[in-house]
Amino acid sequence: MTATHLPSPKAARAGSGAPPAPAPRPRRRRGGAGGLALTLLTWAVTLVFVAPALWMVLTSFKQEADAYTDPPRIFFEPTLDRFREVFAADFAPYLGNSLMATLFSTTLVLVLGVPAAYALSVAPVRKTKDVLFFFISTKMLPVVAVIVPLYVIAGRIKMLDNIWTLVILYTAMNLPIAVWMLRSFFLEVPRGIVEAARMEGASLPRVLWSVMLPVMAPGIAATALICMIFSWNEFFFAVNLTASQAATVPVFMTGFITSEGLYWAQLSAAATMVSLPIVIVGWIAQRQLVRGLSMGAVK
Amino acid sequence: MRAVPPATGDPVRRPLPAALAVATAGALTLSGCAGAGAINAGGEDPLVVAIVANPQMQDAIALQSHFEAEHPGIEVNFVTLPENEARAKITTSVATEGGEFDVVMISNYETAQWAENGWLTNLQPHIDATEGYDADDFIPTVRESLSYEGDMYSVPFYGESSFLAYREDLFREAGLEMPENPTWHQIAEFAAELDDDEAGVAGICLRGLPGWGEVMSPLTTVVNTFGGSWFDAEWNSGLTSPEYREAVNFYVDLVREHGQPGAANSGYGDCLTHYSQGRAAMWYDATAMVSTIEDPASSTVAGLSGYAPAPVVQTDRSGWLYVWSLAIPATTEDPERAWEFVEWVTDRDYIETVGEEFGWERVPPGSRISTFENPRYQEVAQAYAQPMREAIETADSDNATLHPVPYEGIGFVAIPEFQDLGTRVSQQISAAIAGRIDVDEALEQSDDYARSVGETYQREEQ
Repeated sequence: MTATHLPSPKAARAGSGAPPAPAPRPRRRRGGAGGLALTLLTWAVTLVFVAPALWMVLTSFKQEADAYTDPPRIFFEPTLDRFREVFAADFAPYLGNSLMATLFSTTLVLVLGVPAAYALSVAPVRKTKDVLFFFISTKMLPVVAVIVPLYVIAGRIKMLDNIWTLVILYTAMNLPIAVWMLRSFFLEVPRGIVEAARMEGASLPRVLWSVMLPVMAPGIAATALICMIFSWNEFFFAVNLTASQAATVPVFMTGFITSEGLYWAQLSAAATMVSLPIVIVGWIAQRQLVRGLSMGAVK
Repeated sequence: MRAVPPATGDPVRRPLPAALAVATAGALTLSGCAGAGAINAGGEDPLVVAIVANPQMQDAIALQSHFEAEHPGIEVNFVTLPENEARAKITTSVATEGGEFDVVMISNYETAQWAENGWLTNLQPHIDATEGYDADDFIPTVRESLSYEGDMYSVPFYGESSFLAYREDLFREAGLEMPENPTWHQIAEFAAELDDDEAGVAGICLRGLPGWGEVMSPLTTVVNTFGGSWFDAEWNSGLTSPEYREAVNFYVDLVREHGQPGAANSGYGDCLTHYSQGRAAMWYDATAMVSTIEDPASSTVAGLSGYAPAPVVQTDRSGWLYVWSLAIPATTEDPERAWEFVEWVTDRDYIETVGEEFGWERVPPGSRISTFENPRYQEVAQAYAQPMREAIETADSDNATLHPVPYEGIGFVAIPEFQDLGTRVSQQISAAIAGRIDVDEALEQSDDYARSVGETYQREEQ
């Protein structure tokens, strides 16, 4: 759900404003009516994407009974009680676990994925395609098929309810996607730059560190953010492999779902709190993100 | 890779390590140092208790400080999950000896089966050794449902049966009167009378959502009272018997004609919303409903309902029995400490504490006779305490059907295969409620599933 926050119109505006982009201007001049229609359509589509998240935020300020009215109520007496209940439920340890799982796994993904993608794009070998498919094939097995062996192995080596188990699994889960994304960004970098650096006598690692990475920064930021969102929102491994010590925020959220009472407002408040960190990260990184994502999109 | 010093003055890279360091430090602080576990003052690991996220359990969490004050040196960590996730997680953990939990919340469905498998600690010695615990105060049907070979393997936190809630005001307006022991055919007539599309009030709300613990719970009680059963005494499937067919046809027709809109997707929660927002005239479901529908903060119909026993046809009673209880897995390293918590939360004093701290309408009912006899509880629960008590006290898990059957259980069949079997059959029934297939088709298909389960027991008996 958090992903729907990201492509906000502000992000799009910031992105198009960053580099001097003469290309769209002539198009705008072409037809007033067409341009207006496109703007309206953009707003309409944006609204469709953002509406569920906005409704969630609105619901989080309601009393439970207000959350269940038919027809749904837009005007009501707002309350912060639901947020108080979320904080009373000891939110901090879950937040800490989620931050740890997300940050460490994303760092590991970048440390392993950047050199891998670099090698596969700059120095392709005969089996490059096979290697790439091998990476992505690891995503083809549904996770539910491996959960029992994973649970039993984690239990035997005393790694159940341990945050490092999640760090390892999230790294493995995101690495294939990161390698594919990063490789497409590496391929965007003009070969001339690499060749010029090589002519100057730079080694391949040096080319990566001093030439490629600065150019690639938006792409890396976009990849990192995608990995962070996936790790942050991951529920299945977290609910099955953790208990009281290593549980993450999606597991915390489900604690508000009950089969014997009303819970929509409380769940909305928890979901709003849980979404905030990723929304903030997306907000801060929006410029890089839009540049990075459009970089990949060209390919 | 050769280490190359980063180029100076690069605006992109410099803030990253600093930001990462700050964020990591923050994460470590919040999570209490790398998830290694908060070590309490006594130096012992905290007690890990897995519970289902129902309102009564949330109250237990809120009262945790009382327990810790009375039992210095024992810290409790709760793992709270919705019913389905909790059941799956607790079953996995207990069955594979994962050992994450010291205390688990289970029900009368699991207790005897798990005790037989040797997965649970026998609580009887602890009960007998605890002065003032008063196990005789547990409602006999509840105690029986949590026992295996005469010993209790889990102790009740709260129990529930099923009954019928109806809107007394709507009955009065329509000139109807609810009989003391209504039959299902009378209920169908009332539903037809009270069904009011214009006012947005359904005649009756009944579950239709797939799931062995959703549509199958009320439907199985209807089947029982129509004279049907899942299996006959020789483990032959009973799903295509005339009684089973009649019961399912009755249920499906009733909910399709006079039930709530979108009934095929309605579970307990959805019916709760319908009824508590005044969109249904009757509702047949778990007695636990009262804590929400009689609470003015979450219900627009508080104080307007009457309660009648579960409707019947051929049997004298048909309400189910479901008990949320606490057990100690056999893998628990220190059952003594675990018992201290279990004893605290299921003791008579705990019910007093909840009554005083949160109000008597919020106490977990249906476990102890003394709760029903407490004047302060009777005062707040006068509309429903008596029908609830009767329903629980008379729910007989051993003789729920008209004819003898080889299994126990009222709203379920207490065999391990039932979770899967019940869910598969419920999908067929739900499809029939949605109108995608007819009832005969649904039952023919369901009969295949039940037959294959029955055959495994027939082979065992040979």
